[in-house]
Amino acid sequence: MAKSERVSVAKTYKLYIGGKFPRSESGRSYPVTSESGAFLANASQASRKDLRDAVVAARSAFGGWSGATAYNRGQVLYRVAEVMEGRREQFIAEVRDAENVRPRTAESLVDTAIDRWVWYAGWTDKLAAVLGGTNPVAGPYFSFTVPEPTGVVGVLAPQRSSLLGLVSVLAPVLATGCTAVVVSSAARPLPAITLSEVLATSDIPGGVVNLLTGHAAELGSWLASHADVNALDLTGADAEHRTELARSAADTVKRVLRAPEDEPDWTSSPGIGRMRAYLEDKTVWHPMGV
Amino acid sequence: MSVALADRLDDATRDESSLRRFLDGLPGVDQVGLEQRAAGLATRSIKQDAKRWAIDTAISMVDLTTLEGADTRGAVRSLCAKAVRPDPQRPDTPSVAAVCVYPDLAATAVEALTGTDVAVASVATAFPSGRSNRAVKLADTALAVESGAAEVDMVIDRGAFLEGRYGDVYDEIVAVKQACGAAHLKVILETGELATYDNVRKASWLALLAGGDVIKTSTGKVSPAATLPVTHVMLQAVRDYYEATGEPRGVKAAGGIRTTKDAIRYLVAVNEVAGEQWLTPSLFRFGASSLLNDLLLQRRAKQDGHYSGANYLPE
Repeated sequence: MAKSERVSVAKTYKLYIGGKFPRSESGRSYPVTSESGAFLANASQASRKDLRDAVVAARSAFGGWSGATAYNRGQVLYRVAEVMEGRREQFIAEVRDAENVRPRTAESLVDTAIDRWVWYAGWTDKLAAVLGGTNPVAGPYFSFTVPEPTGVVGVLAPQRSSLLGLVSVLAPVLATGCTAVVVSSAARPLPAITLSEVLATSDIPGGVVNLLTGHAAELGSWLASHADVNALDLTGADAEHRTELARSAADTVKRVLRAPEDEPDWTSSPGIGRMRAYLEDKTVWHPMGV
Repeated sequence: MSVALADRLDDATRDESSLRRFLDGLPGVDQVGLEQRAAGLATRSIKQDAKRWAIDTAISMVDLTTLEGADTRGAVRSLCAKAVRPDPQRPDTPSVAAVCVYPDLAATAVEALTGTDVAVASVATAFPSGRSNRAVKLADTALAVESGAAEVDMVIDRGAFLEGRYGDVYDEIVAVKQACGAAHLKVILETGELATYDNVRKASWLALLAGGDVIKTSTGKVSPAATLPVTHVMLQAVRDYYEATGEPRGVKAAGGIRTTKDAIRYLVAVNEVAGEQWLTPSLFRFGASSLLNDLLLQRRAKQDGHYSGANYLPE
């Protein structure tokens, strides 16, 4: 009998909500292809109800994550980078297929993404010192300001940069102590799915990151109007929808991170702007000398 | 069947041995069929206007419950305020059916709810275990009734039931019913401790024969609490009892029902198993605390066209 050729296992990925990998409530999925049109895998197409479940999961995880010490959050994020390093080859292959870049470029993008994650992990216990401080006041008070995480952040991840862009928008949310509901790139979701597998097998508590694959145009409006979401990153939204989404987000006084017209160069130094966007200042006046 | 059943019902309460004969003669529950039927009905999709109606109906069926050792009078008063106006910013929201508390706090609840449509229910008879003697249980019931509770939630003696002392369980329910006077009696079977669906069916009939106005799944202190299959068995008993005697009795599903989706599944079961006439707060109730907020959030989402958050509701 002739030896038959091995048929590779075609994957149908699921969503990542509350630390679990459920199918979309809608039962929908869509094929993901490479730039040249070759079939890569099937991805779940999240619906608004999946988004609702993800926000519930993010809200219930917020207390634990924001209440953890900054040092502990840093350790947990370092651990994520360690697990990413172990999946480096897989990330490189997926980024190469998704973004249609040379292997060399893919390698450098993945390395930058892992380094970016480590960079943000280092920021967790330094934010309070850099963004907070004691305030000189004219009175018998000790006045100090500490930054506090704003809550649940909705992130429309970049459509083009499938891993480095995603890490650059997700890591700052986590470093501040916020929890995230992320809608990944629609056409290039595979590195994001692998990242969710990394998160599930590292020490990040379930619900801190919820990753939905699907269309930002379909889910964005539900995310923007959701009253239990505290901030919104519009990076992955279509340019023509951004104003509408920002207006809808204003109804519930969300912090809205406006995105530049085109995707920025993610390899350049990020600065702390994104972290600052998700922090609230709490100022305390304490009486002295009484 | 119903004529024959009616005859057998008359016979069942004559003495302990005829009661045992009746209960042991009840047909066994087909576990696989029951669970499949319950799961099948749970997949039914309720949308739009029907969902709106279901949410409001479910709110009006909630027995808003606090049964904690740490309950204070202040906590009970704020719970009562929430029961009357669950969503203060939306005055069209229906009130819940009742507030359910421990007997020593019933007076506080009665005071807070006088002049409203919300009833006060009190647990009694050494809730939740029921492990005490008859005198203590009756005194507990008397405390609830004297405090003004319009509904009393008693627990059956599961130990006696599992030992097969049906007569003792029956007598106790009869005695408590008498002590209740005009108050409505809900009989908690604690199905999580009864082990089999056959036992749930027996206990349901036992409670109905003894005069319980409502049969209730659980105390909420034991896991598993209410489940759909168990509620199916109890709804069947209530339906058959109605067909035989013409007396409508109620069912209360308590414990473990936390989401609107769950609540709607129960309403579907009520409609399909017992019938449409049971879709009213006098014949079907939810014993719950966290369910109410989820119902209110869903109600807001339906009205506003976007999802709401717990920060917009009172605790």
